[in-house]
Amino acid sequence: MGNLSTPSRSIIYDSSKQRNLAIEELRSIFHYRDLIFQLVRRDLVTRYKRSVLGILWTMLNPLGTMLILSVVFSRLFNMQGHYPAFIMTNLIAWNFFAQTTSASLNAMLWGSSLFQKIYLPRTAFVVSTIGTGLVNTLLALIPLIFIFLITRVPIRATIFLLPFSMLLLVAFALGIGLILSTFVAFFPDVAEMYPILLTAWMYLTPIIYPEETLAKVLSGWLLRLNPLYLVIKVFRLVIYDGKVPTSAEWGIATGVALGTLLIGWIFFTQKSKSFAYHV
Amino acid sequence: MSNLTSEPQNDTVVFLSGVSVRYRLPNERVATLKEYMIRLIQGKVRFHSFMALRDVNLHIRKGEIFGILGRNGAGKSTLLKVVSRVLIPTQGRVWVNGMVSPLLELGAGFHLELTGMENIQLNATLLGHNRKEIKQKIPEILDFAEIGEFIEAPLRTYSSGMIARLGFSVATAWQPDILILDEVLSVGDAAFNRKCSERMRSFRESGATVLLVSHSVDTVRSLCQRALLLEHGNVLEIGPAGKICEKYSNLIFGN
Repeated sequence: MGNLSTPSRSIIYDSSKQRNLAIEELRSIFHYRDLIFQLVRRDLVTRYKRSVLGILWTMLNPLGTMLILSVVFSRLFNMQGHYPAFIMTNLIAWNFFAQTTSASLNAMLWGSSLFQKIYLPRTAFVVSTIGTGLVNTLLALIPLIFIFLITRVPIRATIFLLPFSMLLLVAFALGIGLILSTFVAFFPDVAEMYPILLTAWMYLTPIIYPEETLAKVLSGWLLRLNPLYLVIKVFRLVIYDGKVPTSAEWGIATGVALGTLLIGWIFFTQKSKSFAYHV
Repeated sequence: MSNLTSEPQNDTVVFLSGVSVRYRLPNERVATLKEYMIRLIQGKVRFHSFMALRDVNLHIRKGEIFGILGRNGAGKSTLLKVVSRVLIPTQGRVWVNGMVSPLLELGAGFHLELTGMENIQLNATLLGHNRKEIKQKIPEILDFAEIGEFIEAPLRTYSSGMIARLGFSVATAWQPDILILDEVLSVGDAAFNRKCSERMRSFRESGATVLLVSHSVDTVRSLCQRALLLEHGNVLEIGPAGKICEKYSNLIFGN
């Protein structure tokens, strides 16, 4: 008898004891936390390893977009000197949202073949895109600070509130990512449609123009009903405006972000039962 | 022989009770959301259901080598998916005690830009192992896969045989409680094939329960104690391997 190299762990799986799918999934994703780490590492390594400029690209990208937009728009919106800092703050928040949600769609398409073969917490791929997005955002903050210094926009102590506003952005992006991934599991063409939706969403959100400008064209309620605007606003306030958001602003943003996450998590986990049924 | 216990016993490893799997297939394949919406508005989304498994009751004890026979499309793969937790059955209860070896094609989930070492770590976490468990096993995996110094090179520089060896080494580095053998293993060269068979045998000898899916009546007859015969998702019979093999031969060659 060869001796057992690993003691057989007593893991009992009983399909009749599956209580709450949303909570089971939470437990499972915690158990698989090293997988999340490996997936994030995979994304970062494959992205940065083979290009010489590697990490530098992540910083140059928002910088380049900012430069173009500044040349085109700064006079139009009458913000002159402050426009670069304004646009870059917004772009960083927007890029995080756009990149993680798009990446979660692709991760889901990639992972669906694995779901047919092994058990995995189904949320793992979507959650890992958040990790990758956070690293990219952190890198993009470096050129942002640089621009603040050059254009003499004051950096205030409110920047220390950034982790909190970032957390809201994470919750919101994860929630939307989960909802989208559920759809893409059943209808792969959602991945094709999403970039169009994303473009529309960007122009309906005050990203490249100040909200007063948008409010002139768009009726006020449409702006206030845009959940992304409410979340990004808190992000912009603490960095660019250097203001502590009012408790109403915090409250609404937190409600929107956590609500979206909760809906996304429950929707995804309820539907994930039938992912493997779709061959 | 058929065990009609309604609860898993002390020595039970796999227990299925009244398990049915129903695929709901749209009559015409609607693969895009756009099409689905149009049809939904027209009221044209219709489904027909397809029973991949119907009321399966099964009770496998620890250490058994259990054969699963049936023609293509009889539901063998679906049964394995249910046991390995990939598919939650439409009805019935699945109870499994212990770690099930994955149904992974060797190297699924590998990434060509990552090094062999990075792929080992990624693949092993996909199989549910944590960092500590992986660290312990790495020397053994490297030893078994025989990749040598290439282990720090990206996977795209590997031959297909090397990739298959690496995949097999990771997938079988941990002793499963329930070993699923689906079809015949063919990995790389003859020498490596022998190593694979040896590893399978050592798993069996150290007490793993084996679910063997095969088209070969001879294999099932010589290895298994008991077997199950599936046809159109129904269990035709569960019993001693010899008897089931005979019945299967009749089914495919006979009347």
